[in-house]
Amino acid sequence: MSLLKYESQLREPLVDGNKDYHQVTEDIIRPIEMKPSRLWYIGFYISVALLLFGVYSVYREVTYGIGQWNVNKTIGWGWDITNFVWWVGIGHAVTLISEILLLFREGWRTGVNRAAEAMTFFAVMCAGQFPIWHMGRVWMAFFVLPYPNSRGPLWVNFNSPLLWDVFAISTYFTVSLLFWYSGLLPDLATVRDRAKTKFRKMFYGVASFGWSGSTKHWQRHESLSLVLAGLSTPLVLSVHTIVSFDFATSIVPGWHTTIFPPYFVAGAIFSGFAMVQTLMIVVRKVLNLQDYITLGHIEAMNKVIVLTGSIVGCAYLTELFIAWYGQNPYEWYAFKENRANLFSPYGWSYWLMMFCNVVSPQLFWSRKLRRNITVTFFMSIIVNIGMWFERFVIIVTSVYRDYLPSSWSTYYSPSIWEIGFYLGTFGLFFTCFFLFAKYFPVIAVAEIKAILKTSGENYKVKMTDIEKADAEKFYIEEVEHAH
Amino acid sequence: MAGGIKKFVVGSFDDEKVLFPAVKNVRKAGYKIHDVYTPFPVHGLDHAMGIRETSLHTAGFIYAITGTTTALTFMSWVFTKDWPLNIGGKPNFALPAWIPITFELTVLFSAVGMVLTFCYLCNLAPFVKKHHFHPRATDDLFVMAIECTDKTNDAEVQAFLQSAGAQEINVQMAETGWWIGRYHKEQKLYKEEKGY
Repeated sequence: MSLLKYESQLREPLVDGNKDYHQVTEDIIRPIEMKPSRLWYIGFYISVALLLFGVYSVYREVTYGIGQWNVNKTIGWGWDITNFVWWVGIGHAVTLISEILLLFREGWRTGVNRAAEAMTFFAVMCAGQFPIWHMGRVWMAFFVLPYPNSRGPLWVNFNSPLLWDVFAISTYFTVSLLFWYSGLLPDLATVRDRAKTKFRKMFYGVASFGWSGSTKHWQRHESLSLVLAGLSTPLVLSVHTIVSFDFATSIVPGWHTTIFPPYFVAGAIFSGFAMVQTLMIVVRKVLNLQDYITLGHIEAMNKVIVLTGSIVGCAYLTELFIAWYGQNPYEWYAFKENRANLFSPYGWSYWLMMFCNVVSPQLFWSRKLRRNITVTFFMSIIVNIGMWFERFVIIVTSVYRDYLPSSWSTYYSPSIWEIGFYLGTFGLFFTCFFLFAKYFPVIAVAEIKAILKTSGENYKVKMTDIEKADAEKFYIEEVEHAH
Repeated sequence: MAGGIKKFVVGSFDDEKVLFPAVKNVRKAGYKIHDVYTPFPVHGLDHAMGIRETSLHTAGFIYAITGTTTALTFMSWVFTKDWPLNIGGKPNFALPAWIPITFELTVLFSAVGMVLTFCYLCNLAPFVKKHHFHPRATDDLFVMAIECTDKTNDAEVQAFLQSAGAQEINVQMAETGWWIGRYHKEQKLYKEEKGY
């Protein structure tokens, strides 16, 4: 039977426990229908508090100007652009999880992809805040759009990487929203059809767009998700490439390198997987979804972390080598004195980055540590810190000493409103994520059902007999054939 | 938008292994399957039901090249005709520098266009309400609706579905189209609501 697609017994089950279709629905949708736990309220209120602090920080910045931040003449891009790149990177990786793995037909994506898509969307939302508010006169933000205006019309500069960024980020935001929401429709319909209260019936009725589960609709839905995944994969690569162009097309020593696009993309995957780990470890525990986000899922993601961590490490060393080999005195100075010299003002951040991103993920060569939840959680935080410092190192250590020593900067440390803005985006991200986890199915219910009979634990057990029978039949045929 | 009220014999199956032969037999017997509602995409069911391949991806391609052309023509027009700017002495027609934006617009047009087309074709939108034959069609049942004509003997169809392995079988009068509505109100047939 074509339905009972054979899957090797060597592969771990992706869904643990004795499940049938209804049980899957129950397990994933029950948290939505219950009152949230005390832990949820605590987390939610902390997030909202952070968000409000962020709103106030931004209010200060808009009212009194960029002077509220400690960025100065030499370090024009400080925490804000660091945070921008960091958030975008997180967004990218989680898109890669859901899309590249869909194209590769990796079954294990089904456990994490829905939450990952939501994270993409929220992370891009957070990332977008930084360049927008960094404009200073934010009420002029629409100047970046090429619209017919009364100033000529004076158009935007299509040759500028900063404008490419505008197009890249807004396209990415739109496409990730569409991908996420179109995937959610069938699951929202599942919630709608189970709803008991008036609010849920109305809310999920509106949100599910009247999805019925018709075969024709599923056929189109499959085609749509496949094409969107196919479009998003090069999109993600292009967006992070364009983000790296913001630096690479300039002539600042330390930024002007051709290695940036692949290096940024690898770094993005690395940090994004770490972020997914951080959140999913919490989510599976709080919402009781250990059967769907298994140790196998966590291990698979840790393998990606050690791979991309090593790619990133390789990129750091290549960059260093080329700076020396290229014998451009300015570039070599930027690398040798501004970064690698531990006793230079920002040397500590370079070595912190090296330790967090290159050394520490090597722990994951050990299978035992890959499957250890505490270690994974701890490591995912380390990697996130490391990747934040990577962007900080790239941005600040390249600009704080420019070509003219008399304008070398004094030591840059962020003001409270800069930090507040960053914390505010955490608030935004987690407020959205808490609401998502409360009101939407965090795991793609329909997709889990679709793989249940090939990768569910109880079905795999049944398959063992089929496999044995097959092997015996094969053996008998072989023997007969030989005679 | 009323699609008209029709009579259906509805059978629900709890296993796709039973569903596939049933679909085949129902078609062989000459009954018209209105639709099969499933909780997840069952691969091969569309072929079994004789539904043709979707051409949504072709639409996506057309939207994509529309995006490419829009971006390229617009940027060329702006920088060579409408307001040529001297940027670092580089040529006005700076094709390599326009590749990023061209690519982004290609993807944007294609994605947005495809999703809108998808929603249009499947009649999906907020506040759209449809008749759902079984609430568990989005949970764990595979629900087959067979359309009845004047000549159909529905008792016969019910017996047929029973023999094909259906669990719950009933006859429903249903609106086939969609209408504007919300799900928290009792679902009424178009006829009952309007009184005709």
